[in-house]
Amino acid sequence: MIEARELTKRYGDKTVVDNLSFTVKPGEVTGFLGPNGAGKSTTMRMIVGLDSPTKGSVTVAGRSYAKHAAPLHEIGTLLEAKSVHPGRSAFNHLMALAHTHGIPRRRVDEVIELAGLTSVAGKRVGAFSLGMGQRLGIATALLGDPAIVMLDEPVNGLDPEGVLWVRNLLRSLADEGRAVMLSSHLMSETALIADHLVIIGRGRLLADTTVDDFTQEAGGGGIRVATAEAMKLRSLLAGPDVTITSSSNEELLVSGRDAREIGAIAARNGIALHELTPQSVSLEAAFMDLTRDVVEYQSAPADTERKAA
Amino acid sequence: MPTTALRRTQRPGKDDNLSTAPDPHTSATRYKVTGIRVLRSEWAKFWSLRSSWITLGVAVFLLVLFGAIASFTYSADATAGGGPAPGGGSGDSDAVSLALTGVTFASLAVGVLGVLLAAGEYGTGMIRSTLAAVPRRLPVLWSKAAVIGPIVLVLTVIGALAAFQLGTPGLDGEKIALSLGDDGVLRSLAGAGVYLSLVAVFGVALGMLIRSSAGAIAVLVGTLLILPGLASLLPDSLYDTMNPYFPSNAGSAVYALNQSSDALSPGAGIAVFAGWVALTLAGAAYRLRKSDA
Ligand SMILES: Nc1ncnc2c1ncn2[C@@H]1O[C@H](COP(=O)(O)OP(=O)(O)OP(=O)(O)O)[C@@H](O)[C@H]1O
Ligand SMILES: [Mg+2]
Repeated sequence: MIEARELTKRYGDKTVVDNLSFTVKPGEVTGFLGPNGAGKSTTMRMIVGLDSPTKGSVTVAGRSYAKHAAPLHEIGTLLEAKSVHPGRSAFNHLMALAHTHGIPRRRVDEVIELAGLTSVAGKRVGAFSLGMGQRLGIATALLGDPAIVMLDEPVNGLDPEGVLWVRNLLRSLADEGRAVMLSSHLMSETALIADHLVIIGRGRLLADTTVDDFTQEAGGGGIRVATAEAMKLRSLLAGPDVTITSSSNEELLVSGRDAREIGAIAARNGIALHELTPQSVSLEAAFMDLTRDVVEYQSAPADTERKAA
Repeated sequence: MPTTALRRTQRPGKDDNLSTAPDPHTSATRYKVTGIRVLRSEWAKFWSLRSSWITLGVAVFLLVLFGAIASFTYSADATAGGGPAPGGGSGDSDAVSLALTGVTFASLAVGVLGVLLAAGEYGTGMIRSTLAAVPRRLPVLWSKAAVIGPIVLVLTVIGALAAFQLGTPGLDGEKIALSLGDDGVLRSLAGAGVYLSLVAVFGVALGMLIRSSAGAIAVLVGTLLILPGLASLLPDSLYDTMNPYFPSNAGSAVYALNQSSDALSPGAGIAVFAGWVALTLAGAAYRLRKSDA
C-alpha cells in the first residue's frame, strides 16, 4: 500500500508535483498516467525517498520508505532513468543489490530467469539493448520479493512479446495480492493492464478512478452496426437518448444502446447483421480531453471537477 | 511465462497495526539491511568493475616502477652536480625517499580510484539503485570508505616494500643504501601505504561530495598538487606556518624517513591529513543526507 498525502515537490519555483493525494492498494494494478512532464517520475522518486517532498508525505506500508528494515522487500522499483553501472554484468549488478538485504544468490538466479536474461547475465550491462535493460530493471524490481511493485514506463523499449510478458507478469503479481503501480502516457495500453487509474497533469490529480468507470464515462464510442437494411434498423433503434449516425448506407453508429439490445432488436425483426462492434471507446481521446482541462481549470481543484463530470 | 517462480516469503507478521484488512504482505525477518551487508555489497561492487582492477593495478605499478627506477639511476655525483637525477634529486635523498618516488603518481591513481567508486555511481545512475536499496544512505558512504581504505592500504604497502627491495641492488655500495631492518625504514614504507589509503578515502569523499568524476578529479589534483604551489604566492611568514598543514605536505611527512626541519612529525602528519579527509567525508555525508539523489 502506497499512500501519498498532499505530496508536493518544487524545483526552484517550479511546482512539479502539486498537492497530490492518492492510494495504491494491494491486489490491484494502478495505472499512473499523465502527459510528458506531468510529474509521474518525480512522484515515484519521492515514494522511494530518492527525492524528498517539499511538502506533504508519502508512506509505503504505513511508514516512510527509509524507515523500513528491508526496503527492497516492501517495494521493488523500476525507475525511468538508467540506474545501472554499464560496466557491471547483470548478475553482478543484481548480486550487489542482493547483498545489502542478505538476499541469497538463488533468488538472483530466479529473477534473472524470470526476466529472460539467463543467456546474457554475464554480459556487461553497457552492451544491453533497450529492451534487455528494461528486463534487467524489472528483474531488479522483483529481487526483494516485494509487496509493492512500482514501474516507471515498464514497456518502454520492449518488443510485442515483451509487452505481453509484462502485462501478464503484472497481472499475476496483483493476483498474488501485491500492489502494482505503473506509469505510462498511453491510456489505451494502460487500460489493458490496470484496474485503477490515477491521472495527473502538471503535478495535480485529475482523476482517481477505476478503469471501468473511466471507460464508461469516456463512453460515447458507440456501436458500429453493418447491415443491408440499415434504414429499417435505424428507425427500430430510435428512441430517447439514442443517437444514430451513419457514414454509408449499410452502416450505423449507434450510441445509447448496447450491443445486446441492438442484436435482440435486429433478431426480433429478422434483420441480418454483418457486423456489431462496440467501438473501442477512444480512451486516448478521453484522456487527452482530461489532461487538456489542466490548463483550462488550472485554479480549480481538478479532481472534484472531474468526479462531478 | 515462469511467473510462478515468484516466491512470497512467509513470515510471522510484525507490527500488527490497527488495520483489520488482511495484509497479504508479511514482514521480513530474513531480508534486512545491516551495516555488514552494505559493506559486503560495496565490496562486491568494487571488485566487479574492471576499472577498479585497472586503476588499482596502475597505482601499484607506478609505485613499484618509479621507486625501482629512481634507485637504479641514482648516483651520488648527480646530487652534487645538479644533474638530471630522477625523483627530484634533492640533496637529502635517501634510500626510502628514492623507493617512494612513485607515491605522488600512485596517490593520483588511488585518488581517482576513490572518485570513480563514488562519483561513478552518479554518472551512471547506479546511485539510484544503491540508495533505493539503502535509503538511510550514510552506510553507503562509510562502506565505500571502509572497502577502499584497507584494499589500498594492503596493496600499496606491498608495493612500497617491493619498490624498496627491488631498488636495493641499485644502491649497492652507495652511501645512502639502507636495508629493511634499518631504523624507520619499515615505518616509512608502511606510512606511504597509510597515506595512499587515506588519499583513496579522500577520493571517495570528493566523489560523493561533488558527484561528478571530472569535477572530483580536478579538485583532487588541485588539492594534492596545485594547492601547495599556489600557496607559495602567500606572504612568506604565512606560507611558512601553513605549508606543513596542506594535505599533500602533511601526507608526505607520514612517509618521510628524515623529517625536514619545517615538516610535521609522522604522527602529526597522519592526524592532519586524516583531518582533511574527515572534513571532506563530513561534507559528503551532509550532502548525501540532505540533497535529492
Ligand atoms: N531534478 C530536477 N530539477 C528540475 N526540474 C526537474 C527535475 N526533475 C524533473 N524536473 C521537471 O519536473 C517536471 C516533471 O518531470 P517528471 O519526469 O516527473 O515528469 P513525467 O510525468 O515523468 O514525464 P514523462 O512522461 O516525460 O516521463 C518536468 O518539467 C521536469 O523538467
Ligand atoms: Mg517520467
